[in-house]
Amino acid sequence: MAARRCSASVVLLFLCGLSVFVAANEQNTTPTGGYRAAEADSPRTPAEAAGHPAAEDGRWEATEVGDAAPADAEPDERDASRPGTTVPQPKDDFQEELVIRPLHSGDIYASFQFRTLWETDFMKGNKVSHYRLFPKSVGQVISKFSVRELHISFTQGYWRTMQWGQPFLPSPPGAELWVWFQDTVTDVDGMWKELTNVLSGIFCASLNFIDSTNTVQPSASFKPLGIDNVTDHRFLRYATLPREIVCTENLTPWKKLLPCGSKAGLSVLLKSEKLFHSSFHSQAVHIRPVCQDSECKTTSWELRQTLNVVFDLHTSGQGKREWSLFKMFSRTLTEACPLASSSKIYIDITDNPEGELFELTPATPLLSQAVLMGDRRTFSVYDLTQQITFGTMRSLNLLIRWKSSEGHMLRPLLHAERYVAGYGLQAGEIHTLMYNNHPYRSFPVLLLDSVPWYLRLYVHTLTVTSKGKDNKPSYIHYQPSKDRERPHLLEMLIQLPPNCVTEVTVQFERALLKWTEYTPDPNHGFYVGSSVVSSLVPSIVAMDTNSSLERPLFSNFFPCKEESSYFVRIYTEPLLVNLPTPDFSMPYNVICLTCTVVAVGYGSLYNLLTRSFQIEEPSPGLAKRLANIIRKMRGVQPL
Amino acid sequence: MGLLSDPNRRQALISLLTRLNAPICVVCYMAGVAWFMGLAFEPFTLRTYMSENAMGSTMVEERFPAGERALATGREFASQKNKVDGMPVDWLVKAMQARGLEVFTQRFTRTLPFPDENNERYMVKGTNVYGILRAPRAPRTEALVLSAPCSPGDNNNQAVGLLLGLAQYFRNQIFWAKDIIFLVNEHDLIGMQAWLEGYHHTNTTGMDWSPLQGRGGSIQAALSLELSSDVITSLDLVLEGLNGQLPNLDLANLFYAFCQKIGVLCTIQGKLPRNDWDSVSGYSHAVQTMMLMVMKQASGRPWGDHGLFLRYHIEAATLKGINSFRQHKTDTTTIGRLLEGMYRKLNNLLERLHQSYFFYLMPSLSHFVSIGYYMPAFGLLAVILLLRALDLWVQLVTPAAPTEDGVVDVEQQSGSGVLSVLTPLVISHLTGTALYMLPIRFQEMAVEHFPVSETEAVVLTAIAVYTAGLALPHNTHRFVSGEATEQGWRVLKLVAVLYLAVLLGCTALINFSLGFILALTLVPVAAFITPHVPKVLSAFVLVVLSPACTLLFSVFFFQELQEMPVSFQDGWLLYLSVISQGILDHFLYGSLVYPLIALMVYPCWLLFWNILFWK
Repeated sequence: MAARRCSASVVLLFLCGLSVFVAANEQNTTPTGGYRAAEADSPRTPAEAAGHPAAEDGRWEATEVGDAAPADAEPDERDASRPGTTVPQPKDDFQEELVIRPLHSGDIYASFQFRTLWETDFMKGNKVSHYRLFPKSVGQVISKFSVRELHISFTQGYWRTMQWGQPFLPSPPGAELWVWFQDTVTDVDGMWKELTNVLSGIFCASLNFIDSTNTVQPSASFKPLGIDNVTDHRFLRYATLPREIVCTENLTPWKKLLPCGSKAGLSVLLKSEKLFHSSFHSQAVHIRPVCQDSECKTTSWELRQTLNVVFDLHTSGQGKREWSLFKMFSRTLTEACPLASSSKIYIDITDNPEGELFELTPATPLLSQAVLMGDRRTFSVYDLTQQITFGTMRSLNLLIRWKSSEGHMLRPLLHAERYVAGYGLQAGEIHTLMYNNHPYRSFPVLLLDSVPWYLRLYVHTLTVTSKGKDNKPSYIHYQPSKDRERPHLLEMLIQLPPNCVTEVTVQFERALLKWTEYTPDPNHGFYVGSSVVSSLVPSIVAMDTNSSLERPLFSNFFPCKEESSYFVRIYTEPLLVNLPTPDFSMPYNVICLTCTVVAVGYGSLYNLLTRSFQIEEPSPGLAKRLANIIRKMRGVQPL
Repeated sequence: MGLLSDPNRRQALISLLTRLNAPICVVCYMAGVAWFMGLAFEPFTLRTYMSENAMGSTMVEERFPAGERALATGREFASQKNKVDGMPVDWLVKAMQARGLEVFTQRFTRTLPFPDENNERYMVKGTNVYGILRAPRAPRTEALVLSAPCSPGDNNNQAVGLLLGLAQYFRNQIFWAKDIIFLVNEHDLIGMQAWLEGYHHTNTTGMDWSPLQGRGGSIQAALSLELSSDVITSLDLVLEGLNGQLPNLDLANLFYAFCQKIGVLCTIQGKLPRNDWDSVSGYSHAVQTMMLMVMKQASGRPWGDHGLFLRYHIEAATLKGINSFRQHKTDTTTIGRLLEGMYRKLNNLLERLHQSYFFYLMPSLSHFVSIGYYMPAFGLLAVILLLRALDLWVQLVTPAAPTEDGVVDVEQQSGSGVLSVLTPLVISHLTGTALYMLPIRFQEMAVEHFPVSETEAVVLTAIAVYTAGLALPHNTHRFVSGEATEQGWRVLKLVAVLYLAVLLGCTALINFSLGFILALTLVPVAAFITPHVPKVLSAFVLVVLSPACTLLFSVFFFQELQEMPVSFQDGWLLYLSVISQGILDHFLYGSLVYPLIALMVYPCWLLFWNILFWK
């Protein structure tokens, strides 16, 4: 028991970095002072004059000042360009951002980030009724259900880490929802049930299928990302719906949460006919309380909406390796969202410093660097609040033309996959493979597996092996399932040795369901949600630990505690498992047959059991009977 | 039921059954055979129809344009194959990568239990190359497989070319909902076995393979392509898989529907469809087609690369391009369009193929016989065994002769009866075990002492053990019970008959064809054999109807059906190679026919041999 507690505390220590936005982060740890704290609504002066687009030739100076901060090219006259700022409601702020990363395979990855910050308090009993940028439907959900943090994602497709690298924000196929409730909530399960139903309405999704059979309370894998050090996982609920299909009907309500809707700014690009003509589509909403400044004196609520999409080179029709905003989204940009304090496009040109890989037009003078996933990336920045960005055409259509064509597999430092082994409908084995491709560093990962009850895990068969040797997890949290009530939850802290594959296997038995429990398409199989692998991966370059810095939105989602490592969460494939299925076209035949068998079998058995067998008197002959009748009539004794 | 509860009427029924036992048995046997032959008669069969709604119509616009380019790729593949003298792994990897697939390889090695002289291989070492087309916005839960074997010589180059051509074309389409795995397997079935075992991480046959790096979730359906000429006259559909398993009939229906739509001549068992079912030749054509299917299914071996998929509940079939001298030719583009249509339909599947039949026989591609129609044929044969058992039981329980003394005597007899039944059972099963174990174990010893190769050694040892079994057990019971009694052989025969009934019943449920063929030969033996029949003649009949001879006749019959009759000399060689193949199939792929024959059917037959020589 003591060992268990000890290991648990190790885990908590290890994950502490993820859990808290550290308030007292000393300024002197950061290398340069050329940044400003992100006080959301104080009119920002440009950090350095060099960052201003006027300084055309100051390309690298602009970025070297802030080691991790982007070129801070906020115009002084920002307020003037914003209508409606005359209303004295200064406490909210909206930023929008599009990151485009050309991938080696020739595909292209576009990630939208929209952030609404609002300095308000939904909790302390005060009724918030006046909404400006922050969507009212979300605000009401936060206050009604005492939500501390809410993360919801809808994903169609599987992120191909081997070809695309790590995404800015990972998400599993289907729908994922995890919520931290306030510690004042007494009936968490009731709240959770109500909340899923409300969200199901807001996002037009089947989140109402979340019930106790697919909800778990992870003890370590999902820590609050906002300012909070609550780690009591009684207030956490996590559920995935791997079967959820994401389509236009989910996109529309998601877009409605944006201050500009789909009318202006980057969101005009979000046209469903193109977004769903892609290899991967993921949209998410993250709500959390964040610090306003480095001292964390004031907090505000952050609503972050992200949309990630990967366009496929081959299915885009033309054989040319060429991408443009118009080709991707069938729209070009003409203006920023007037409500946005910042509106930028970043193009990842790290692999293309001299323009030998692809050609980017129109060229931009602005460059930015960000430390991302343990790697220093360089970005070309297009600031949509500047008229000059749109050029003489009054519209911006970025064009990326590949010069060379090479598509090779990547070797991401951490990579995981999962499959079901075995054949037949009785038993099986779940294999989870985790690849640590780091040449010499080992690092720990937290594996979270939530398996539905109808796969009965044999936990005694759980093995963790790396390089053929047994690898003992330092922390195991296992919650057995209860039939029709709750799923299995298995969380393990495993040390991945460098440069090898760690394999986790566990055998299971397939349960026979009651006949009403089968889905309408039982032969399709049953889904098992993705496993979640969370890890602190050793970083090549020093990570930026100051969370309150002004950084591109895509690079500052997961708070970072240590300089030497960065947080990665990856999801494995969901599994499709066939269960033993009766032939549902047969019920009529079966009913007829069984009824007949029962009737005949029971009838004859009953007959044999209850009938008393007697030797029958041979019946008298006809003549004798006639004679007897006559004798009876005569009143004489019968023969 | 009143019939049975009334002792008089029960007695009457039983006496009727025992009195008319022999005629009823003969009638049943005739009726069974006649029923079976009637299955091929078209008015008695059902037309095939698509049961799966998701594949309901063939309304797909096939646009595959690049048949010529596929052939050019095939030629390039052939030259690369000749250059490296084997599987051109690097070239294939590059070719697949250039088509936008995720490419992986798998190495495997397998040492056969003894050299396979038909395919000239012993230590097999090879590489499978497969590329996965990732479906857009799909979570890697479902996959389809298209495979082509990399065969030695000039075979199947066109299949690989077409596979790559289709990969390129499929990659540019947006509508895929399932990943598509394009697999080129080396050493045909062995490579396929390695790949499937790797994919499902099982090891049933002790093969060495490197683990797979990429997967696509649960495989829903698979097609294997064999194509060795630029143009073909017809496409042949092969369904029979390991242990007589068949894919869902809807897969055959799908193939047939698209052949009809696109206008490709399609065959099954290499037999063209005919319309003249009412003529004698038309009927015999249907019978031949069905008998070929029965023979192939009974053999229990995979008749194409698809056969191994069926174990994993993956519906699979092999398409063989046949080029004969007919006028009507089909080019590669058309085959490509056919495959495109089939894959688009399979892609539409919402559930695994399960709507249609898994147990069927096909007298032609457009007609099928379902399990409900063919099982009575077997049932009529099996009922003979039950009738004989009833007859024996009645003879045993009723004091047959007034010379029987009393209860005590009967009990004594039954005490020794158990022993006299058990001994032959044990001995015959030990002989069966020897037949199963010895050929592989003693091959080295045999090679040392006799001038034979390993393969011959195995086959000849098997035949030797089989023949030795005939001499062994029939003398044993005398040592045990001292004297052979009437009662003794009746009990033994009762046990043997019931054993055979259960054995054949179970076999027929799994593999109807094997069960039926065994029943055809073994049931008459079981029915008529007693110690009182003429010894020499009966022994001859018994040997002729033994499993080994059944196999020999089947070989000749199969050749006859394929219209490739062989002389006795060639037939004998073929017979020997069939035995070695059967043993190899068991050790390489897990076919169950050899252990079934060796461990169950042969001992059962030995029991009847024992009864014949009871005195």
